[in-house]
Amino acid sequence: MSKVLMKGNEVIAEAAIKAGCRLYFGYPITPQTEISETLAKRMPKVGGLCMQAESEIAAINMVLGASSTGKRVLTSSSSPGLSLKSEGISYIVGSDLPCVIVNVQRGGPGLGGIQPSQADYFQATRALGHGDMHIIVLAPASIQEIGDLTQEAFDLADIYRTPVMILADGALGQMMEPIDFDARTPREIPEKTWVASGHHNKRAHNIINSLYIQPEDLEKNIISRFERYKNIENTEVKYESFMTDDADIVIVSFGIASRISKSAIIKARAAGIKAGLLRPITVWPFPAKKLRSLADTAKTFLSVELNMGQMVSDVKLAVECKKPVEFYGRTGGMIPSVDEIFGKLSEMSKSL
Amino acid sequence: MIVFDKPHALTEMPFHYCPGCTHGIVHRLVAEVIDELGCEGRTVGIAPVGCSVFAYNYFNCDMIEAPHGRAPAVATGVKRACPENVVFTYQGDGDLAAIGTAETVHVGARGENITIIFINNAIYGMTGGQMAPTTLPGQVSTTTPYGRDVKIQGNPIRVCEMLSTLSGTAYAERVAVDCVKNIKNAKKAIKKAFETQIKGLGFSIVEVLSSCPTNWGKTPEQALEWIRTDMIPYYPLGVYKDTTGEKEVK
Repeated sequence: MSKVLMKGNEVIAEAAIKAGCRLYFGYPITPQTEISETLAKRMPKVGGLCMQAESEIAAINMVLGASSTGKRVLTSSSSPGLSLKSEGISYIVGSDLPCVIVNVQRGGPGLGGIQPSQADYFQATRALGHGDMHIIVLAPASIQEIGDLTQEAFDLADIYRTPVMILADGALGQMMEPIDFDARTPREIPEKTWVASGHHNKRAHNIINSLYIQPEDLEKNIISRFERYKNIENTEVKYESFMTDDADIVIVSFGIASRISKSAIIKARAAGIKAGLLRPITVWPFPAKKLRSLADTAKTFLSVELNMGQMVSDVKLAVECKKPVEFYGRTGGMIPSVDEIFGKLSEMSKSL
Repeated sequence: MIVFDKPHALTEMPFHYCPGCTHGIVHRLVAEVIDELGCEGRTVGIAPVGCSVFAYNYFNCDMIEAPHGRAPAVATGVKRACPENVVFTYQGDGDLAAIGTAETVHVGARGENITIIFINNAIYGMTGGQMAPTTLPGQVSTTTPYGRDVKIQGNPIRVCEMLSTLSGTAYAERVAVDCVKNIKNAKKAIKKAFETQIKGLGFSIVEVLSSCPTNWGKTPEQALEWIRTDMIPYYPLGVYKDTTGEKEVK
């Protein structure tokens, strides 16, 4: 397929179909509604189902049921909706079920606003549900990457039996860029022997469950899941480095904020400031090892985010106090300009 | 000649239920129906939160445990992913009529082709006898120690009556398991509900008036008597909706 010009939210929908997903359960919320609107048009044409649930809570539990049958399934929402899905996500993790969850973030807390935001970073990477848990969180920065990572998300979910989140924001959901849906090679998926879609009198009954009433059993189960997480941390970390080799100042930034940061870096380089960008593509697992190694060469770090300072905690943990880490962010749906970030770089370069 | 045997659709796992609790009877009825319909291999059961949380250990079909109240949504996901599956949920009154009211109403509204087995024992069992949506006016529970006052705690919900108003509900019947006659009738209703689903007619629900001697503070015999004297008058037995026209609707 050649390149086509498409909107981010529509690309998520098309990429899901491309990945073999034929089941979508969701509930409308701005700024991601085009995902369900696109799937409402497209799913019937590919033999799939796009269902509008009565709530986000029902939608995520429909995902739990559909995933239990072994089929690929998608849900999407925006920030307040993700809070509602939190219960179901925890159960899905506890039941070791794969699925893909999209969060096109808006400002919060509460109803907040509908403009682009990255204020759900803590929620996505720390506590998307109750209990000891993580999910894989992918943060695209372009429309092509939205297409690639949405397909990758389905593969990762099946390989590791975990929910995978696409963590985008209102700007990425709404903007248009060229996309080639065939740019990515699918991965090998293990056989799903655990599904609950009828044993057809050929095997013992399968039970999909997150309850372990004996604490010894629950601890064993969680430790085993964290061994899987360790494997994910060792093999699935993705990031982009831009001009970091000789950088004095390394900006750490993801998603839409990283694109503005990149422009600010180009402007800074022209002004003689040696700046670079480390862009996490997986925000969980976080590219901590790479940042630790950059702490040997860079003089200082700057985390640029669309929030009041969330990922900056992960940057500080990664550089282990070896170098100073500063933060620059706008919140509530405000997006920093190139000049704002360039101004911050100029200020930091003076004290190098 | 074998005249009485354990249904194949039940596993060897012994039930954990309290003495005199009728969950065991209802489990058996569901399993007998699955055996008689020969659908065990394509049946998926959704286990609830509450006393019957371990239902997944007792049924021989594939089982999925749902979050509290969300079983109808989980069942929807299974059925929509695999329409050839026979899908049932097994839910108590707190699960179905309190935290999961929205999910329950909407499977009825959608005409979701699933079956709900609804255990109404007018109290929360597992958490130790608190008020349920179905707790009767005046009934004492640990959270209504002076009896349920409808001015404070509101009125009980009559689930079959409510769900029978929904266009997608194909079959709704309330039964009880307090005596042999009613148990036999309960089995017929459960079978009818499964058949309604297998025929693809829409949403089916069987509400079973059930006992909870432990939390009612009664002996097993007194508990069955209380179903007759107090529950049935408030929750009349009978068919509330039957789109097949086979049964007489109240």
